[in-house]
Amino acid sequence: MARKVTTGARIGWTIAAWVVALLIFFPILYALITSFKTEQEAIAGFSLIPSGTFENYITVEEQRDYFTPFMNSVILSVGSTILALIVALPAAWAMAFAPTKRTKDILMWMLSTKMMPSVAVLLPIFIIFRNLGLLDTRIGLTVMLMLINLPIVVWMLYTYFREIPGEILEAARMDGAGIWQEIVYVLAPMGVPGIASTLLLNVILAWNEAFWTIQLTTTNAAPLTAFIASFSSPQGLFWAKLSAASTMAIAPILILGWFSQKQLVRGLTFGAVK
Amino acid sequence: MATQNTKTLARVMMAPSVILLLIWMIVPLAMTLYYSFQNYNLLTPMNVSFAGFFNYQYFYTDPAFFQSIWNTLVLVLGVLAITVIGGIAIALLIDQPIFGQGIVRILVISPFFVMPPVAALIWKNMIMHPGYGVLADLAQFFGAQPIDWFAQYPLLSVIIIVAWQWLPFATLILLTALQSLDGEQKEAAEMDGANAVQRFIHLTLPHLSRAITVVILIQTIFLLGVYAEILVTTNGGPGYASTNLTFLIYRTARLGYDVGGGAAGGIIAVVLANIVAFFLMRAVGKNLDK
Amino acid sequence: MGSITLKNVSKTFGEAKVIPSIDLEINNGEFVVFVGPSGCGKSTLLRLIAGLEDVSGGHIMIDGKDVTDAAPAERGLAMVFQSYALYPHMSVRKNIAFPLKMAKMDQAQIDKKVGDAARILNLTDYLERRPGQLSGGQRQRVAIGRAIVREPSAFLFDEPLSNLDAALRGTMRLEISDLHHQLKTTMIYVTHDQIEAMTMADKIVVLNRGNIEQVGSPLELYKTPRNLFVAGFIGSPKMNFLEGEYAKSKGAKTAGVRPEHIGLSKDSGLWSGTVTVAEHLGADTFLHLDVDGIGPITARAGGEFGASYGDKVFLTPDDSKLHRFDDKGLAIKA
Ligand SMILES: Nc1ncnc2c1ncn2[C@@H]1O[C@H](COP(=O)(O)OP(=O)(O)OP(=O)(O)O)[C@@H](O)[C@H]1O
Ligand SMILES: [Mg+2]
Repeated sequence: MARKVTTGARIGWTIAAWVVALLIFFPILYALITSFKTEQEAIAGFSLIPSGTFENYITVEEQRDYFTPFMNSVILSVGSTILALIVALPAAWAMAFAPTKRTKDILMWMLSTKMMPSVAVLLPIFIIFRNLGLLDTRIGLTVMLMLINLPIVVWMLYTYFREIPGEILEAARMDGAGIWQEIVYVLAPMGVPGIASTLLLNVILAWNEAFWTIQLTTTNAAPLTAFIASFSSPQGLFWAKLSAASTMAIAPILILGWFSQKQLVRGLTFGAVK
Repeated sequence: MATQNTKTLARVMMAPSVILLLIWMIVPLAMTLYYSFQNYNLLTPMNVSFAGFFNYQYFYTDPAFFQSIWNTLVLVLGVLAITVIGGIAIALLIDQPIFGQGIVRILVISPFFVMPPVAALIWKNMIMHPGYGVLADLAQFFGAQPIDWFAQYPLLSVIIIVAWQWLPFATLILLTALQSLDGEQKEAAEMDGANAVQRFIHLTLPHLSRAITVVILIQTIFLLGVYAEILVTTNGGPGYASTNLTFLIYRTARLGYDVGGGAAGGIIAVVLANIVAFFLMRAVGKNLDK
Repeated sequence: MGSITLKNVSKTFGEAKVIPSIDLEINNGEFVVFVGPSGCGKSTLLRLIAGLEDVSGGHIMIDGKDVTDAAPAERGLAMVFQSYALYPHMSVRKNIAFPLKMAKMDQAQIDKKVGDAARILNLTDYLERRPGQLSGGQRQRVAIGRAIVREPSAFLFDEPLSNLDAALRGTMRLEISDLHHQLKTTMIYVTHDQIEAMTMADKIVVLNRGNIEQVGSPLELYKTPRNLFVAGFIGSPKMNFLEGEYAKSKGAKTAGVRPEHIGLSKDSGLWSGTVTVAEHLGADTFLHLDVDGIGPITARAGGEFGASYGDKVFLTPDDSKLHRFDDKGLAIKA
């Protein structure tokens, strides 16, 4: 689109956009700044210049054992996503390349499971978990997160696979490829971008899931969501330490998120907006 | 490409997903339904008995129930209003020829990636805290009385936090839709003599309508389930002032150990969610046919 | 070898009977073209032969062997798709080598065959490129290359040229014909382009609603169409169909006159008409006329025949080239 824009207008728009963007980003930025302040500075009134101490990060790790929930978050989000991918890949393949009259209904039904309010099944799940000894275990929570993200994973893979022309797979079949060769040599390489996007978005969603992770864990399997939520009742001065813990909890996923803007739109709108 | 072989294979490959989701959908829901008709308290697990509709009646007559429904409604509608209107405005702004568009985008979408407990705690402690928050500092700077957000406006405070989290989502989706608007269409409208406002009303808004629908429906699904933000800020209070349905059920079930009551509430939540889901499925389903 | 026999082959999709029942004999080395209007089942028939769809009934034989239940790869056929269906993540070399790799051929042999195919198809300079970096015609050649390295007993083409522009279509048409003469392998070619059918085929199969209307050499179909459908479908511009007095006088329900079999004159003739549209193509001029007492007629004139909108022109049909059809639409033998 080649529209003529005067430099003046462009600068005006730019300033407006940057002001809005910085306002929206401000809470994150301020948490980052505060994490480098001492506790006294943190409550001493508004200031954008910290003294630059790393003490908070060290304290959070030493006193509150930050590493365990961090690892739990990594294991839960990556583990549940990979598990979901293993279950969803064949299903998405089947729906995209061998659709039947019922394919659409099955997809819609899968999506509808995502709309069940978690709180409605809180008790049964809690009781099942308790009876199976799965409460506060990584394996239990991994399966849980896998289940709640499975519909999205199937959907995303399906929308990506649907863009691969069926004729290419037929060509492979004519060329003598068996079903596995078809998947390994043709579908997988062509599907890699889609699979990677799916993986990325679901790691993000699982990392930030804050209902089941809080409900089903206490200490051993608690990921960062539960860990941070436990800061909600303050003991003593803790602004700066909270900021340090928060920064560490969101930094990795924030950076991943920046790379996943497109996938986000597609994944969360189930392909309705591209 | 449908030979009998591929069809059989397809069924086998779909089975794990379908079976898992079927179990996940049916078993807990059936249990919830069953519990909702039982007197069952986790503190006295020996005394389980049939309750008929007592749990529903109990839930229904509890004044907290109506307050929580009201709060849910206000929360969902409030956040939707802020995010959709704000989202359109910001999307239009970013779509202008600005310098550093990529970075602006990144800054704007960032809140979406902040996990709910962190978002809530940052706002609670560093922005809205009546003593040390930035807003209090700002008020003092102007010589005004700082507001004790969570005591005075608990629900509004939650709405602000949740809106901050979802504004990026709305913006991003609307921006994507906006950028798919054909440049030639815009130019044609310009040639036809439409001014900026007319172009927005007659061209941009209709083009965005689908994206707006999607934003509203998807956000509603998530907003009905807002939980962590309330847990770490107001804990539903003062009283029930910021308790939504999700939080009320959680309170009844986990804090009150009342399995029957919580289950009845859960069934009510399912019914409400289904009403929304019905519309969402229709919108998404239409897209599938294309 | 590559003779293909269809016996009683039928295909239904759910409720829809796309192919009621087809018998067809394709001899080794023949170039057979399937033509017919859109949706008549050409692709479906080709895919049945390829094994990409199951038949609903009947048998398919290749070289006398029943392959009705064989998987696509077991039939020894190669297919060139309309969209080319190249593997976008593989280089041209890997694309062409893929079927050989699937057949577990050793690398030295693969290299040799790919090299040979590339030479035949003028692709040697492009072997390391990806399909995305090729022009439409080059992509088409890669698809053909992937087919020929397998040395199939027959090639199947599904409208392979329809994505190319007119000029390139002309060149590729010649190349494929040339390839057929070199390889002498059976080829089955689906198209709805008249010119492709007429110029390339040894044998044309005219399909209509899943039924074979007529099978024959291009000239047979042109000279002695079996019925109205074939007569109308083969030849461009379309044959004129006349009913009423004129047809009756010739002892037919419908009389068919090809535009090229009508004599034109500015001053005398059997019929007189007014020009409604004149299409000047250079060598030829196609005149669309409104003929008095007859109705609209298309006629071919030489490029020099100057006529334009509104001109009065006289026409005389060549009676020796007249086609006559009875009330069932079947041709009446002379
Ligand atoms: N998988 C399918 N399911 C249901 N109907 C189908 C399927 N494939 C084809 N058909 C139907 O079968 C008929 C024949 O289709 P086919 O693709 O063979 O036509 P075609 O002659 O190749 O047409 P074209 O020239 O447009 O390619 C059409 O009416 C089509 O709608
Ligand atoms: Mg076709």
